[in-house]
Amino acid sequence: MAELTYREAVAWGIAQEMRRDPNLVMLGEDIAAAGGVFKTTVGLLDEFGPERVRDTPISEQAIVGAAMGAAMTGIPVIAEIMFSDFLAVCWDMIANEIAKSRYMTDGQVSFPLVIRTANGGGVRFGAQHSQSVENWAMMIPGLKVVAPSTPIDVIGLMAASIRDPDPVVFFEHKSLMATKAEIPDGEIIDQLGQARIVRDGSDVTIAALALMVPRALEAAAALEADGISAEVIDLRSLVPLDTNTLLESVQKTGRFFTVEENPRLCGWGAELASIVSEESFWALDGPVIRITTPHIPLPAAAALEDMALPSVDRIYETIVKSFDAR
Amino acid sequence: MFQILTPSGALNQESPLEVEMIRRLYRAMVFARTYDRKGTALQKQGRLATYAPFEGQEAAQVGSAAALDPDDWMAATYRDGAAMWMQGYPLELLLAGRTGDERGGSPPVHVPVLPPSITVGGHMVHAVGLGWAAKLRGESRIAITYFGDGATSEGDFHEAMNFAAVFSVPCVFFCQNNGWAISLPREEQTRSETIAQKAIAYGMPGVQIDGNDLLAVYQTTKEAIERARGGEGPTLIEAVTYRLGPHTTADDPGRYRAEGLTEEWRRRDPLERVRLFLSEREVWSQSWQQQIEKEAAEEVDLAIERAEGMSPLGPGEIFDAMFESLPPHLARQRAEATQQ
Ligand SMILES: Cc1ncc(C[n+]2csc(CCOP(=O)(O)OP(=O)(O)O)c2C)c(N)n1
Repeated sequence: MAELTYREAVAWGIAQEMRRDPNLVMLGEDIAAAGGVFKTTVGLLDEFGPERVRDTPISEQAIVGAAMGAAMTGIPVIAEIMFSDFLAVCWDMIANEIAKSRYMTDGQVSFPLVIRTANGGGVRFGAQHSQSVENWAMMIPGLKVVAPSTPIDVIGLMAASIRDPDPVVFFEHKSLMATKAEIPDGEIIDQLGQARIVRDGSDVTIAALALMVPRALEAAAALEADGISAEVIDLRSLVPLDTNTLLESVQKTGRFFTVEENPRLCGWGAELASIVSEESFWALDGPVIRITTPHIPLPAAAALEDMALPSVDRIYETIVKSFDAR
Repeated sequence: MFQILTPSGALNQESPLEVEMIRRLYRAMVFARTYDRKGTALQKQGRLATYAPFEGQEAAQVGSAAALDPDDWMAATYRDGAAMWMQGYPLELLLAGRTGDERGGSPPVHVPVLPPSITVGGHMVHAVGLGWAAKLRGESRIAITYFGDGATSEGDFHEAMNFAAVFSVPCVFFCQNNGWAISLPREEQTRSETIAQKAIAYGMPGVQIDGNDLLAVYQTTKEAIERARGGEGPTLIEAVTYRLGPHTTADDPGRYRAEGLTEEWRRRDPLERVRLFLSEREVWSQSWQQQIEKEAAEEVDLAIERAEGMSPLGPGEIFDAMFESLPPHLARQRAEATQQ
């Protein structure tokens, strides 16, 4: 057993896979000697050397484009984009090239490629360094989308993403970096496309991702005191999406809420809301309700950022009110 | 490498500026350094979010901005506070931006300076557009864009350079090669021997200069501006300088660079050689130095007071800044947010 922070778990998970597969390489800005601006790659240069842990010029298109080229030949690659906001700088490579090339080769070419990136707000970095953009990746056919909320999931889902023969965009949450957990000994490997019920409940289902998972759990604890039993689902991966776990939960509770950090329009919860209303309509006892960031860029000022992101209070109050409205 | 004023304060050739003007620019550099050090200190006290110090780059920023006309456009980065301030960007707004207030990005409309670019690279292309617009409008203003050595690896740099040359826009590309892009040394950023030589590929002049030499910076930028204003198109200037401090207050350079290198560059301090030059001509004294440092400290303190005295933006105001008029979905979200 070792106690690891979320940020240490990133390097731990990568190291586990680099030891297993001597072909696995990694590239990105300031990932080697500096150990990553979020210190998520500390120690990897020392253990695996500069050929496998490679600092790059500030060229996001080349980082993911070269990763794609190498991955096409069967070399597994981890590419880091420092802030998920800058996925937009290389979006052509991701959305048009990486996502579509298996399809356009009639399935021949696989892409063992993971694009890791620091996502999300809560750290006062403002409009261009705080975005939650997992929904951008979700809406592109051909990409898998993973966003862990705990150190153990970071390791297990990192391993699963690296071993996956298709491109995965792996979102690491900035505000979770310092959270800690006990990590069991031995290899950790998880599966993509499996949500986890992190709290059992019978009255409402709350689906959350990354930073919103601990907030949903806290709100669920507060709801308990009001006699509302909330089931909380950590989605963990958006593509593939574990609809079975969701729909089973809604069958049981009859009420469905999403807690999303991305801005409201076309957040991932809209897709979930659509699935639930289509497939579980007759099980629902109330409207599907999305708790989101407003459709604005994230403010840098502390009070305004706190206002914008779904808070424990807002989650709690929205759910309580939905019962009052009956 | 082009140099006019040597580190010991001697002239290699005639100065492009009168002594009195050099004295004024020295004062501006002292001012800039005072502001910069206070920026770091404020961040340490938790009064600013991360701050990106420019210590060591004062001559590059002050000397180049001094060559501009008041209505020339400027598109610069998070590390270019001195250049932006020289061109009229209010200090209190630079500071307000660092406290997380969006009004920091909203200078008075007559100030021809874009808010600092946070994403590496994009603003170089915007500068091309600013220059193009001046050309379309038949104005004589030019655009200058500041960026680091690291930014030259972005596709945006290459597209901006190519566009500027093809459109023959009045644009000056001013690269502060400060040796580092966060942890990546200049040699790992590009295998080009100089950054200036990249200009050749795009069909524009490229000049490498001593970026710690106020006079070389001034003269070279002046020439590039005159070329641009004269309809002869863009120029790339590589000002070789050094980032004496960390990348930002959140960075620890000890992880990737040797202290000795920084010490070596301290000996090439851009302020010191101008001081020696002025001292030689008996227009510098210890008491004047103390006086201008005091004046700088007072003015920066006043700007801090103003920045911190701004009443915080409310939740309603951030919605109001989204569009000219609020669409219904945002009007509803605004109402919800202001009720909370
Ligand atoms: C598109 C993009 N990629 C990465 C970053 C993260 N980042 C911020 S500053 C920086 C280094 C820039 O170096 P350089 O252009 O040399 O300028 P300097 O910071 O040295 O002034 C990086 C990589 C960013 N802000 N934008």
